[in-house]
Amino acid sequence: MSAISRKEVEHVADLARLQLPEEEIGRYTKDLNAILEFAAKLSELDTSNVEPTSHATDVKNVMREDVNRPSLPREVALRNAPDQEDGQLKVPAVFE
Amino acid sequence: MSLFDKKLSEIHSELRSKQLSASDLVEASLTRIKEVDQEIKAVLTVDEEGARRQAKALDERLAKGESEQGLLFALPAGVKDNIVTEGVRTTCASKFLSNYDPIYDATASKKLKAADAVIVAKCNMDEFAMGGSTENSGFYETKNPWNPAYVPGGSSGGSAAAMAAREFFFTLGSDTGGSIRQPAAFCGVVGLKPTYGRVSRFGLVAFASSLDQIGPITKNVEDAAYVLQAIAGYDEYDSTSAKVEVPDFLSALTGDVKGLRIGVPKELIGDGIDSEVRDAVLAALKQLESMGATWSEVSMRHTEYAVPAYYLLSSSEASSNLARFDGVRYGVRADNADNLIEMYKESRSQGFGPEVKRRIMLGTYALSSGYYDAYYKKAQQVRTLIIRDFTEVFANFDVILHPTTPTTAFKLGEHINDPVKMYLEDICTVPVNLAGLPAISVPCGFSSKGLPIGMQIVGKAFDESTILRVAHAYEQATTHHLKKPELVRGEIG
Amino acid sequence: MSQFETVIGLEVHAELSTNSKIFCGCPTTFGAPPNTHTCPICLGHPGVLPVTNKQAVEFAMKAALALNCEISRETKFDRKNYFYPDLPKAYQISQYDQPIGKNGWIDIEVNGEKKRIGINRLHLEEDAGKLTHAEYGGGTLVDYNRVGVPLIEIVSEPDISSPEEAKAYLEKLKAILQYTEVSDVRMEQGSLRCDANVSIRPVGQKELGTKTELKNMNSFRNVQLGLEYEVERQREVVKSGGKVTQETRRWDEAGKKTVVMRSKEEAHDYRYFPDPDLVRMQISEEWIEAVKASIPELPDARQARYIDEYGLSREDAGVITISKDSADFFDEAVKTGADPKAVANWLMGDLFGYLNANNLELADVKITPQGLGEMIKLIEKGTISTKIAKVVFKEMVETGKEPAKIVEEQGLVQISDEGELKRIVDEVIAANPQSVADYKAGKKQAVGYLVGQVMKQTKGKANPPMVNKLLVEAIEQL
Repeated sequence: MSAISRKEVEHVADLARLQLPEEEIGRYTKDLNAILEFAAKLSELDTSNVEPTSHATDVKNVMREDVNRPSLPREVALRNAPDQEDGQLKVPAVFE
Repeated sequence: MSLFDKKLSEIHSELRSKQLSASDLVEASLTRIKEVDQEIKAVLTVDEEGARRQAKALDERLAKGESEQGLLFALPAGVKDNIVTEGVRTTCASKFLSNYDPIYDATASKKLKAADAVIVAKCNMDEFAMGGSTENSGFYETKNPWNPAYVPGGSSGGSAAAMAAREFFFTLGSDTGGSIRQPAAFCGVVGLKPTYGRVSRFGLVAFASSLDQIGPITKNVEDAAYVLQAIAGYDEYDSTSAKVEVPDFLSALTGDVKGLRIGVPKELIGDGIDSEVRDAVLAALKQLESMGATWSEVSMRHTEYAVPAYYLLSSSEASSNLARFDGVRYGVRADNADNLIEMYKESRSQGFGPEVKRRIMLGTYALSSGYYDAYYKKAQQVRTLIIRDFTEVFANFDVILHPTTPTTAFKLGEHINDPVKMYLEDICTVPVNLAGLPAISVPCGFSSKGLPIGMQIVGKAFDESTILRVAHAYEQATTHHLKKPELVRGEIG
Repeated sequence: MSQFETVIGLEVHAELSTNSKIFCGCPTTFGAPPNTHTCPICLGHPGVLPVTNKQAVEFAMKAALALNCEISRETKFDRKNYFYPDLPKAYQISQYDQPIGKNGWIDIEVNGEKKRIGINRLHLEEDAGKLTHAEYGGGTLVDYNRVGVPLIEIVSEPDISSPEEAKAYLEKLKAILQYTEVSDVRMEQGSLRCDANVSIRPVGQKELGTKTELKNMNSFRNVQLGLEYEVERQREVVKSGGKVTQETRRWDEAGKKTVVMRSKEEAHDYRYFPDPDLVRMQISEEWIEAVKASIPELPDARQARYIDEYGLSREDAGVITISKDSADFFDEAVKTGADPKAVANWLMGDLFGYLNANNLELADVKITPQGLGEMIKLIEKGTISTKIAKVVFKEMVETGKEPAKIVEEQGLVQISDEGELKRIVDEVIAANPQSVADYKAGKKQAVGYLVGQVMKQTKGKANPPMVNKLLVEAIEQL
């Protein structure tokens, strides 16, 4: 498997909404490459006929009945909000 | 004998005979925190007022002669700070959540309260449970009570160190890849990771949803059985919690291991395992043999692939689980952002430490377009192979036994700059999480440096009773668990 | 210049009519004060977990079956990862590679031509919150009431070749969702939303042209207008030698045009993966059969029944059955024993006319189907004239009163008493000698004027055929 480039690191950071300072990008590139090289060990195994395990339990169809439960009072719902206005959360503008 | 050395069952009989009150216990815990936690730094938040208030209420119930008492009545507890406690700050040891005031209780917190336990404090950890040394805490490092120059392990390092330092009567940790068992081993206490689905994850701040499990950290096996009894069971708020009957774990502690078949994976007892650790575990096997158990070497041939598979899977899940920390609804929002994307990026970058960022980056990459099959899916397939390894062994054996960690505790700062080396330390613990099985770490000796050694007993799914029975029988026959670190040898309480 | 053909695919989101949200117990009702229908789970607080609402799964199955889809026997939820303030967990729980339904279809009819439009997939997911401009300080406000309301997304094949077909597809889809009662399909409340992929290509070309994605068309009319505009815009681009750019465009209702929202460079990488917090789902044959059994008669079947049983025209039956409300109204009115064709005429003419003129829906007016049926029966019995019925109808629409009561209260009963009418006829003849003379001179239509005079004197209540007969008789006898 190919190594991860500095540019890819920047792209991944963008996807993950992380701001990596210029001086840290190099370190992350190095670290990620070391980890990926380590992860490349998996390619030694032939898994072509192996089902992936995506869930930790084989149980299926765990569902609830369509019954209402009480919602929170608004002041509790917004208790931790960094910014709010008129009962709504507030964020920097989404629309131009 | 100090109050803190007593088993939970002994404390309860003293409460019943009124030799002790709930307030005595809470005051003892609060005093102890003040005495030792300056040095150990195992706790992040102490709810002094809440704990005292609850102790008073419990004492009033005792005074009224109320006979209904919860299983953990009046026992002061420390809870890992990724288990949400309503009204008591829950930070996951992350700067991002340094001001987070939970609006609900985790099911585990609710169950502790329903069992009349007293949550006294929230314990330090590696940020978002990512790490094996508690050096990744966003606030401060926790020290190993056996030697403050050494790490307590992690990520439940605060919960384990606090038990070793006798700050509480029991603590809760969480285990995604060894985060209960490894610090328990490093700190010379008992740590139990239940079967995936045995304890509700509702309110456990998710690191890797398919691997995380809450479990007890205690001084002895009997206490672990007590605490597990109180927190186990199906929860309608967690689809992955199991609708499986919860047995009486205490009645499983018969002391009998006659005819028990133990499998010892050669991959986890040979190369790469420190010789002092290996010798201690071999001695323990001999002990169990003398009690009527048999053991033989087995092979679990995919073991060496477990760690990379684990890091890919857990980081992938984490990259998604930690995306909600965006500064919109809670947490610390960066105040220097001009627009939305900058707000996201600045808040997350200022709030998360380097290890958390590293794993989010790895997980984001492993799930991203073009790499999914090579990394994420491949790791899921390897997970299947590891599950098969266990199934094969359990066809012929009752439990699997091996060291909890390849080495004893390492020095603070020793591994922090080498992530791969740090990850390899998890070789003995991560296969169990990948297979979703129960496992317990119990003290089985000390290194020449005086650091504790732990051995791990792995059971079949939902068969915590057997591993508790084996661990308890071993503990009854040995004294390692009675040894205390220097700073707690004096009489207390 | 070669001829172009239009290729349209529609992505429709419909909110399901469950009581509670898809992964928590909060209510799904529309219009509550902001952030009052929320809990730690839908707010995405640290540590929370989703638990699937069984009713949402069944509604999705029901819709899929009604749309002729195969049901995936093995299915699961996946996480779609992206950051946006309306998405609390920064991922949407959706379905990626195992949608609940796939390979379905809808039959439509445009200008008398039938066509089958394929449905690629139908999957279940959670809705996002609502964003609005902040009044002060230029930020954006977030209301999470809608977060977690269950949605189905229905993706058509690119089988639609004109805006008219798109409208017909949407109308039929809406009708089916309404008939199955899985959604209240109110576009103006956002419980039905439609995005479109639009491209053009020279006739005969196999490959699809570069498409644009069109959003924000919040009414059926805007879907048609938006598509018409976009198709024309793409034609102009190509005709003038340019190339269509792949981008997302938004229908600007005020400007009556489509405008660029974002271009492809900012394309997302959603990093879908199976949600480990939710277990897999296995849908048994029995479960499918049980859901199938709960599906009522659908629009096509009902249309056929109206044609066969009641002799309605194909068009009329189509107009009535395209909305469940009107079809139910029709059925109830017919149950009173009124003539089905008369019911259809009153429904489509007077009632729909009134609704359109006042921008109302059937549910907004007070007239009951039983009332309409009874009113038609009063006409059939001769109790009221068709003309008086218009008065009665208006009163019924506004007050919901029973027709017989209106007739009685306002004294609208038709005068069919010969003696009474004869007296008025004689008066009118006496007062209008000129018209009588005209009639006698052979201008037979002059009787019309005289009938009118009688009606005027009786305030419209006279039985018109009887008046006609009496007038002619009286004049002949003069």
